[in-house]
Amino acid sequence: MAYYLPSLKLQFRYLMFVSFWNKLSINQKLAITAWLFLAVPIAFYVIIRFYPTFEAFYVSTLKWNLLGAKKYIGLRNYEKIFADEDFWLVLLNTFKYAGVGVPISLFLAFSIAYFLNEINRWHDFIRALYFIPFLTTAVAMAWVWKWFYQPMPIGYINYFLTSVGIPAQPFLKSVHQGLYAIMAPAVWAGLGFQVIIFIAGIRAIPRSYYEAAEIDGAGRWQILREITLPSLKPTVIFLTVVSTIGFLRIFDQVYSMTTNGSGGPLNTTKPLVLMIYEFAFDEFKLGRAAALTVILFVILLVISMFQLWLMRKKP
Amino acid sequence: MIDQASRIAYLEKIQPGKIIIWTLLFLGGVVMITPLAFMISTSFKTGTEVFNLGIIPENPTLKNYIFILNESKFLRWMLNSLWVATFSTVSVVFFDSLVGYTLAKFTFRGQTIVFVAILSTLMIPTEMLIIPWYMMSREFGWIDTYWGIAFPGLMTGFGTFLMRQFFMGLPDELIEAARIDGWSEFAIWSKIAMPLVVPALSALAIFHFLGNWTAFIWPLIVTNDPDLYTIPVGLASFNGEFETDWEIVMTASCLATLPTLLVFLLLQKFIIRGVMLAGLKG
Amino acid sequence: MNRYIKKPIVALAAGIVALSASLASAVEIEYWQYTYGSRVKAIDALIETFEAANPGITVKHTNFPYADYRKKVAIAVSAGDGPDVVQLYYGWLNDYRDSGLLQPLSKEAFPHSSIESDFFPMVSTMKVDGDYWGLPTAVRALALFYNKDLFAAAGLSGAPETLDEMVEYAKKLTKKDSGGNYEVVGYATDGGAGQEHHFMREVLTRLFGGAPYSDDGTKVTYNDAAGAKALKYLTDFQMTHKTGASGFMNRGQDAFKAGKAGMVLDGSFRINTFKKVEELNFGIAELPGHEGNRYNFASYWINGISSKAEGEKLAAANKFLQHITSDAAMQLWLDTVGELPAKPAIALTDENQAHPYFGPFIRGLGYATATAFKSEKPQRQAIIDAIDMVTLQGVSPSDALNKVAKDEQEVLDDYYDN
Repeated sequence: MAYYLPSLKLQFRYLMFVSFWNKLSINQKLAITAWLFLAVPIAFYVIIRFYPTFEAFYVSTLKWNLLGAKKYIGLRNYEKIFADEDFWLVLLNTFKYAGVGVPISLFLAFSIAYFLNEINRWHDFIRALYFIPFLTTAVAMAWVWKWFYQPMPIGYINYFLTSVGIPAQPFLKSVHQGLYAIMAPAVWAGLGFQVIIFIAGIRAIPRSYYEAAEIDGAGRWQILREITLPSLKPTVIFLTVVSTIGFLRIFDQVYSMTTNGSGGPLNTTKPLVLMIYEFAFDEFKLGRAAALTVILFVILLVISMFQLWLMRKKP
Repeated sequence: MIDQASRIAYLEKIQPGKIIIWTLLFLGGVVMITPLAFMISTSFKTGTEVFNLGIIPENPTLKNYIFILNESKFLRWMLNSLWVATFSTVSVVFFDSLVGYTLAKFTFRGQTIVFVAILSTLMIPTEMLIIPWYMMSREFGWIDTYWGIAFPGLMTGFGTFLMRQFFMGLPDELIEAARIDGWSEFAIWSKIAMPLVVPALSALAIFHFLGNWTAFIWPLIVTNDPDLYTIPVGLASFNGEFETDWEIVMTASCLATLPTLLVFLLLQKFIIRGVMLAGLKG
Repeated sequence: MNRYIKKPIVALAAGIVALSASLASAVEIEYWQYTYGSRVKAIDALIETFEAANPGITVKHTNFPYADYRKKVAIAVSAGDGPDVVQLYYGWLNDYRDSGLLQPLSKEAFPHSSIESDFFPMVSTMKVDGDYWGLPTAVRALALFYNKDLFAAAGLSGAPETLDEMVEYAKKLTKKDSGGNYEVVGYATDGGAGQEHHFMREVLTRLFGGAPYSDDGTKVTYNDAAGAKALKYLTDFQMTHKTGASGFMNRGQDAFKAGKAGMVLDGSFRINTFKKVEELNFGIAELPGHEGNRYNFASYWINGISSKAEGEKLAAANKFLQHITSDAAMQLWLDTVGELPAKPAIALTDENQAHPYFGPFIRGLGYATATAFKSEKPQRQAIIDAIDMVTLQGVSPSDALNKVAKDEQEVLDDYYDN
């Protein structure tokens, strides 16, 4: 029975393919292999991420409440957003979260990593202490922190402040302090991740650099300024990109720590993602939510590209 | 015998400066842990004691743990979470490193666009994507299935970015040599490149496992059957329209944190060693 | 084919025909609500009695965590999935109606005259454009919870009956430490969150002679003199009388649970929470009145028929809805879930009215109104913001109300534009 020999047609096709393949240059072959490797992932991303994203972008030109008919309204959603004074406050809040949160957390994380690198006794244990907060859930921690922020005589933070002579603070109940009060647990939770990355970056600096500097008689701070920090530039930039995206997208802490989950008091703690969430699922104004998503996307893209462009320059 | 060198080394070890640093770091670590300590302590308190905010419960009780393990399908949820998170993590480790490697070690037209496009997937909040995902799941019958919960997270931009950076740190000569020796590209990736970045893979594994473990919105939308809930979704069912028994929430959070803690403790050595080897070169 | 094969095949075919015939007559409908122990139990019990009385109909009961219940229902239905009978908060009616999730209740199965005579008047909010869109099994109302031990210690015998008395009592109950910090608050305020915004909107504005919205519901009217007086009354607890601060112990109900609040306003759903705290000796009283009037706010979850139900399923769904809004169902719900019956005949029995816990709520049902929310969250937020403006920014009550009224009016206009 002739079942297992390929037909003449197939044999011919195979020979054609082999002779075609042999005529390609190495670079072309590598390029084809690359695309082969990328085939399934690209299909995945296109179907699962890009297509829904373009749909979301399209929805931003609609008036749609999820269950009813879709009505095309062009750029009206964007007009309404830019005319809404709450939007500008929310935008400012979002930038504040990142603008204050990223430098503080990077500074803290670096300091912790730098000094942690020098101690040996119980190093693993202490390092774990700094990382474990990263594993907690935002909801549970929000509840705990809310108790920390209580006024006297219950709140630990105010108790601590008043015992050193600083008057008690309203924290979450203040239009000025609220944002920073919420930023604190966000910084606290993210610290562990940054500390670990910094430790690794510091340990990757070749000993020879340090030995050379010591021979030259350089002091601690000089070494820090001229060797450690410059060598850490790629690490710092990686963490900056990732942390900035993270803070610009802050949501869980604000939702869990504010009254009604609404970014109060008086919208002073509300970030963009919360505004998107509210429009989408509290008011079912999907068009507006989608438009805000587009705006957020553009902001994230521009900032990340800018930070990556900085990374191109060699130290 | 104690010679001069080791005496100096010993003295160096107990520099007063170092002691101060150690103490500060230790105290800082304790402060970091305080919120967690409260969470754990509250899980042992009864409903009335919840509002005595001392850190040691006066009448410690296992009631809350017993309640959760008996009254709800918590163990089932933990199994679901474990299954989905593990499956997703394995997929991510495989695909993200394959893509990261391809973007790092091959040169071809269009590679920057592909990289930027994949990176940009980090910039869309999931909230906007769940509706198309739901429609898709309905079409293909993925509602109330593990696949339905897991599919959006099988490959990520974050992991691809991370692995690309690490693979860029590997010397090209190694790969060239293998090519000259006639190795297939796939073999080069799997047998040469991957073993060199195992520590980075561990880091990716734990970060992704953790992210997947705490994912809430999508698993909530795609499952109707409580037998399929993951832990965050199951926990949410303790909150009624008006009820929130905080001691139960804290207990559930403690239980939910345990596996991630274990994964971290197991993998932490790998992470440090590995991230160190590649040094996150640009 | 010989006859040894033919007979079994014929038998098999007959069997299949018979099987599919019986399958065709069994109708399955699906019921959705949010997850809460006692509600799930109650519905399961009702399903049992229903299925026993209606062989041939089975009901599949599905429930989801409350936090995202609404989102879940919306997404499922938008994709064509979803229940036949669905429970939704009455405040969401307009969104769901607009988008075609619900179909109006059939006038044959649910004649309007019976609805109007049998149910409490607040159910009239469910009548839109001449049709009823859903019916509640149970309703909730507000009342004043008070700590009997703290009252006794302050020399107070019963609950306050008027708004002025409430202020006096709150002042007597408040305790502060040497630093001027609250140890016990006379009246635990949530700054508008919780049930307080309902209290402001439906009760206080009316008590001071105004009304929250125009009769046709299209205009915000709480930003008048009466409204300003109402807001001043409410914020004075924090600002002038200093009997409490929003955020004390995080939520009013937590302060009350911990025995650190003399009074708190809350709904009937809170009874079980407070009952669980053994050391708490509390009483319930009707909301205080003013100048001889009393008002209350009632809310409820309705059961509606989804637009996806048709033919046999629709008939089955109608029957099920009748079953769960029957008199027996309401008494069961009261006993199991602790929510008040939606029909006066069941609610106002002597036994129920005299109940120490349910009594004050039930008596309040007689004069309760339910706000016809157009979009609940921003409308709720409006009151919270107004209170924040007065307490945190020193804005006058009338200015604060004018500002939030403008925002809320936009929400109403947006709705009526469609």
